[in-house]
Amino acid sequence: MEQSQELYWKKVLGLIRNVLIVWFLCSYGAGIMFAGALDNIKLGGYPLGFWFAQQGSIYIFVALIFIYAKMMGKIDKDFDVAED
Amino acid sequence: MSLQAMTYLVVGLTFALYLGIAFWTRAGSTKEFYVAGGGVHPVLNGMATGADWMSAASFISMAGMIGYMGYGGALFLMGWTGGYVLLAMLLAPYLRKFGKFTVPDFFKARYYSNSATVVAVVCLLVASTTYIIGQMTGVGVAFSRFLGVSSEMGVIIGMAIVFVYAVFGGMKGITYTQVAQYVVLILAYTIPAIFISLQLTGNPIPQLGLGGQYTGSDMALLAKLDHIVTDLGFGKYTTSVPGDKLNMFVYTVSLMIGTAGLPHVIIRFFTVPKVKDARSSAGWALVFIAILYTTAPSVAAMARLNLHATINTAVQSGGDVFAPDASIQYDARPDWMKRWEVTGLLKFEDKNGDGRIQYYNDTSKNAEFLAKADAAGWKGSELTVNNDIMVLANPEIANLPNWVIALVAAGGLAAALSTAAGLLLAISSAISHDLLKNMMMKDLSEKGELMAGRIAMACAIVVAGFLGMYPPDFAAGTVAIAFGLAASSIFPALMMGIFSKTMNRQGAVAGMIAGLVFTMFYVFAHTGIFYIHGTEYWQIFGKKDFFFGISPNAIGAIGAVVNFAVAFAVKNMTTPVPSDIAAMVENVRIPKGAGGAIDH
Repeated sequence: MEQSQELYWKKVLGLIRNVLIVWFLCSYGAGIMFAGALDNIKLGGYPLGFWFAQQGSIYIFVALIFIYAKMMGKIDKDFDVAED
Repeated sequence: MSLQAMTYLVVGLTFALYLGIAFWTRAGSTKEFYVAGGGVHPVLNGMATGADWMSAASFISMAGMIGYMGYGGALFLMGWTGGYVLLAMLLAPYLRKFGKFTVPDFFKARYYSNSATVVAVVCLLVASTTYIIGQMTGVGVAFSRFLGVSSEMGVIIGMAIVFVYAVFGGMKGITYTQVAQYVVLILAYTIPAIFISLQLTGNPIPQLGLGGQYTGSDMALLAKLDHIVTDLGFGKYTTSVPGDKLNMFVYTVSLMIGTAGLPHVIIRFFTVPKVKDARSSAGWALVFIAILYTTAPSVAAMARLNLHATINTAVQSGGDVFAPDASIQYDARPDWMKRWEVTGLLKFEDKNGDGRIQYYNDTSKNAEFLAKADAAGWKGSELTVNNDIMVLANPEIANLPNWVIALVAAGGLAAALSTAAGLLLAISSAISHDLLKNMMMKDLSEKGELMAGRIAMACAIVVAGFLGMYPPDFAAGTVAIAFGLAASSIFPALMMGIFSKTMNRQGAVAGMIAGLVFTMFYVFAHTGIFYIHGTEYWQIFGKKDFFFGISPNAIGAIGAVVNFAVAFAVKNMTTPVPSDIAAMVENVRIPKGAGGAIDH
């Protein structure tokens, strides 16, 4: 029991880390740090870096939360710690 | 019907709706305010969170700020949405499992002391009160335009209404009232945006319109806007940043972790039935928020374009913006400008005495542009536009029908009132529940607790109203400071409480104090002690924004770093955390065994 709980927490932290990497890359990465370079690519009338900063990162945030919630549900089940 | 009558009608109808719902949900529920059980559906909870969350700053102020700042305005968009990812993953499910009513309750148990609770309450009060100042500024703007009074008078009227609304009624029905307010505010925001997007690009979806073609030209809308603003001496719209990119980066961090640390948002996740729902509820909240937040950039860019096109006719035709007859004649200015002049939020000063309005960037560093402006006989920009009016004036600028203008007024009020109510609830419960009932006067009766809560609310309204008349910044700017305060004090302590089994009382308390004091010291240095003008002391630093160019609005992120660093240093020097607390943290980490939801 003790061990499985440790493994559970490790899995949870791993998932959080992965989500945070994507979260960081699309907002701080594409939206701020590399926005200048990405602006050379056009998405319709949008420069791509500008699009990430003012549109894209928000859509990705929404998707990330639902993906996280779904994967957490699966981890909870695997380790039998879900609520009844 | 005249605009004034239409505005009264629409605003009156929405207020009747809120009161009706507040009454109906109150009558239907006999459960007491703090009683557990029930639980709100995650989707409805998401809507209510959206209304609670999207304040006057989001509705009234944000698009104006983005329009003014251009690309760099994205820091508001990313900062105020990205925090929900943190909230969903790092805090909401664990706090839901913990299962108490308020954020200070968590501190009390996790950091096993009253001192941690007191510090948390102080942090909460400072952040929430600062936030309400921003709301009152917004309410003032909306009412002053709607009733044709000065914005100070608008604040006073707003104070009176919030007082009645939050102090006497709506305590129990607040969630469902907020659902209705969400619907009103999102309609009020998107309908004018759809109209304007159609006018300017032929595309009814504003998110696509912003990336579309400008009607009647072969240019993309954003390219056209870039062209116009650079012609008038401003920075390029799609690349300009406030300060530098480091400041933008830090500012975004500050808003994100502030979002995750604001108590009135966190307590929303105590209301859902299960831990599982706490995770997805943050997602639903963000869906509803994203509808407004992805529309805002279009509103911003299109309002900026329309404003320039109104003042300078050459903008539309692509002609010479310096031509004498391109600038609009003051006497021929449109009605909406006259209406906004009454409020003092739009000002015209004929510097070169030609009876026409020249609106451009007179602080431009571009010598070529300045030479051209000089040759045209321009003697400085003659129009001052307060950013906060952009969203409210937007439909008027675009000549939309009266009912749309009236709807926007109603939406702005819904946004400001729902957030103010949520904040006042957080403030009053912190004082009456956490401070009085749980610590100072343990034998306080329920009636006494309620009375104390109402008195606390009333005091908070008066303070916020007074400061709202003399705000340190635009509504969005003031709100940003509130987020910085939450980011530097509450968020790190909550996170360490869940993710560090070894964080002890001394570390958490020292960290919170260090983070809050550091942030307040820096903010007050630039905006005055308690935001009162004339008491700024930035001179002692030598120069403004001395800390690597980081503005006071963005400093919360650095404050959070200070908090973490001090907390871990102090922890290592003091007694370790008791074993039962460590066991409690282990238990909080797994969803199994969470009790019923808290009803409110």
